[in-house]
Amino acid sequence: MRDRITAFLVLLPSLVAVGIFVYGFIGQNLWVSLTDWGKNPAQALALRPELRFVGLENYRELFSGLVDVRFRQSAVNLIFFTLFFMAGSLGLGLLLAMALDRGPKGESFFRTVFLFPMALSFVVTGTIWRWLLQPQGGVNVLPTLLGLPPLSFPWLTTREKAFVFDWNDLPFFTAIVVGLILLYLGWQAHREGEKRRRLWSLLSGGVLLLWAFTLGRNTPLLPYPEPHGFSLALVGVILAAVWQMSGYTMALYLAGLRGIPVEVLEAAKVDGASEWQTYRHVIFPLLAPITLSAMIVLGHIALKIFDLIFAMAGLDYAPTDVPAIYMYLLAFRGNQFAKGAAIGILLLLLVAVVVIPYLASQLRKEVRR
Amino acid sequence: MRKWLLAIGVALGLSALAQTGKLEIFSWWAGDEGPALEALIRLYKQKYPGVEVINATVTGGAGVNAKAVLKTRMLGGDPPDTFQVHAGQELIGTWVVADRMEDLTGLFRQEGWLQAFPKGLIDLLSYKGGIWSVPVNIHRSNVMWYIPAKLREWGVTPPRTWAEFLATCQTLKRKGLEAPLALGENWTQQHLWESVALATLGAEGWANLWSGKLKFTDPKAVAVWETFGKVLDCANKDAAGLSWQQAVDRVVQGKAAFNIMGDWAAGYMSTTLKLKPGTDFAWAPSPGTSGIFMMLSDSFGLPKRAKNRQNALNWLKLVGSKEGQDTFNPLKGSIAARLDSDPAKYNAYGQSAMKDWKTNRIVGSLVHGAVAPESFMSQFGTVMEIFLQTKNPQAAANAAQAIANQVGLGR
Repeated sequence: MRDRITAFLVLLPSLVAVGIFVYGFIGQNLWVSLTDWGKNPAQALALRPELRFVGLENYRELFSGLVDVRFRQSAVNLIFFTLFFMAGSLGLGLLLAMALDRGPKGESFFRTVFLFPMALSFVVTGTIWRWLLQPQGGVNVLPTLLGLPPLSFPWLTTREKAFVFDWNDLPFFTAIVVGLILLYLGWQAHREGEKRRRLWSLLSGGVLLLWAFTLGRNTPLLPYPEPHGFSLALVGVILAAVWQMSGYTMALYLAGLRGIPVEVLEAAKVDGASEWQTYRHVIFPLLAPITLSAMIVLGHIALKIFDLIFAMAGLDYAPTDVPAIYMYLLAFRGNQFAKGAAIGILLLLLVAVVVIPYLASQLRKEVRR
Repeated sequence: MRKWLLAIGVALGLSALAQTGKLEIFSWWAGDEGPALEALIRLYKQKYPGVEVINATVTGGAGVNAKAVLKTRMLGGDPPDTFQVHAGQELIGTWVVADRMEDLTGLFRQEGWLQAFPKGLIDLLSYKGGIWSVPVNIHRSNVMWYIPAKLREWGVTPPRTWAEFLATCQTLKRKGLEAPLALGENWTQQHLWESVALATLGAEGWANLWSGKLKFTDPKAVAVWETFGKVLDCANKDAAGLSWQQAVDRVVQGKAAFNIMGDWAAGYMSTTLKLKPGTDFAWAPSPGTSGIFMMLSDSFGLPKRAKNRQNALNWLKLVGSKEGQDTFNPLKGSIAARLDSDPAKYNAYGQSAMKDWKTNRIVGSLVHGAVAPESFMSQFGTVMEIFLQTKNPQAAANAAQAIANQVGLGR
């Protein structure tokens, strides 16, 4: 009993501190995001600003307001950045780990070299890569080493886009993606023989898809088409980010590869599996948990990315904008505190979507132990 | 101990010595602009040796970082004694409307500044019967820079209107100059826009735009975007990656013929690049704006509840004085806001700007905070973005008007 009291007393200060400085402030931020703080310049920076409750107005404006086109562009940028950054880091990290796993000469040297970028901060990485990606220098003059004409790709300043779609189609695409995921879950439930889960997944997925293909395109968010897409100016940023983080995934994968028992690999060999088959059916499945934890770490880095883009392209260049940057601009340059808070809440939700399932599964594991 | 101090004070016969305590000056003047501020602080220390001056500089061009720090401090109830701010709406629309600043009209009367500064400037500093900051310098925004020798080589003259400019641009393009106009990152594009707008709308129309009398959706204002689009076709495509200095470099290197930039470009070319103003490089009002001086000004204000109010007031007196301005400006590369400043202390460009400052019609700059509040300015970048993406003048005009309504422009 005394032990318990001592334990509680020791924990109490940090519980209180976390309660106030993390959850209290999240709560305050949520409240601010539901007000009009910043709409009226006379109130924005007043000593005691009067805040009026406006409900979800700020969120509505972000997604379908006339002047918040930059938020929508930054949201689209964030999605593409996250996808390519994760795929690039995981892919490159795995390749490097597989190469090092074969024990080449100077393995530890290469291991150190590949891990080095992770020791740098994103600001340093960004500055270096900004120099490398100058239109008339760095990467673009590489071909001249082979006697070829230099490239002239404006890495960080192009306005070109790929995968362009109309923002008004967002509900349509979201419904299709979510619907398909639900159908997949239903199929899984079917295989596992869980009837209730199957019913609900199939039903809700079907309804969503039905809505998408009947009414989905008839409810435009904006009165005019607004094209968005993968901004090619982000390619340079993604290169730099992958360069920085692939060493980390390499280290994770290498540890994973080294952790696979030799007996398993030998058993595969005895069974006559080719090298590719061994990878496909033995090694990769064993690496899956590592991939998951790497994805969690990379995912939340990607969602919070700010400093790298700040250093490479600056705050003002919209084609490389992400929500974190737009939030900073809105709140600290434009005094639109409520709208900035709304973006903060959206980012928190996104990170939660990535992190909470992982935390939940970890907790469940610990409880089982 | 106190007697001893008093004795020295009496002995020196300086009443100013009675002034003690601290003075915290908040600014974003570091790097190239640091020496000018330091000279002014030295002057202050000579006059008030008992005061400990704290130079709170937050680096970052145009105050991008400093403004965020200032906001945090003001909201946290810890205002500096005085802070640098772009004169005009940037101060008024942010801090004055929030009732955070002291009215300085009394100081202006007492120091005779109502006569020392031109009326156009006083108008830009005024709001609801008060005058809210002391301008220390003046920069001009609507200047076109070129290299005379290069223009002779190409056989063209500096254009006087945007129509002439576009014609000259075609001539130069035919002679193989890919981008006759050098352009830099985001804000320099907005800087170009304000020169085009001033020429298209005229001084009157420009002022009406900011007082809300002329709507952005008015055909005259939409025409600004049309001209702006054509002018952009003369500019380099990699603009977003260049700083304003790199854009000036293009003109100096002969890769471009013209650059529209504020007159800090003169400081860059004469001090950093060692070019001689008037011969190695030359300037003209940006096309269609001769006789109009589009100004911006750095100024200092007095926040309410400043901890060392009297020391701050003494600082403001110094900042607005002839001595203070003539100490600061030759080093900063700007001109004095006062009309009685000494031309001998300035170089050829400075003297020509001083002449225009006294005779031209004065209007305020948008990008540099004189005519529109921060809440409009920070979203104007979005309007520019909409235009660059869609190339649709009407879409840009609609967005600009939407923001103007939202922030209550001119109210």
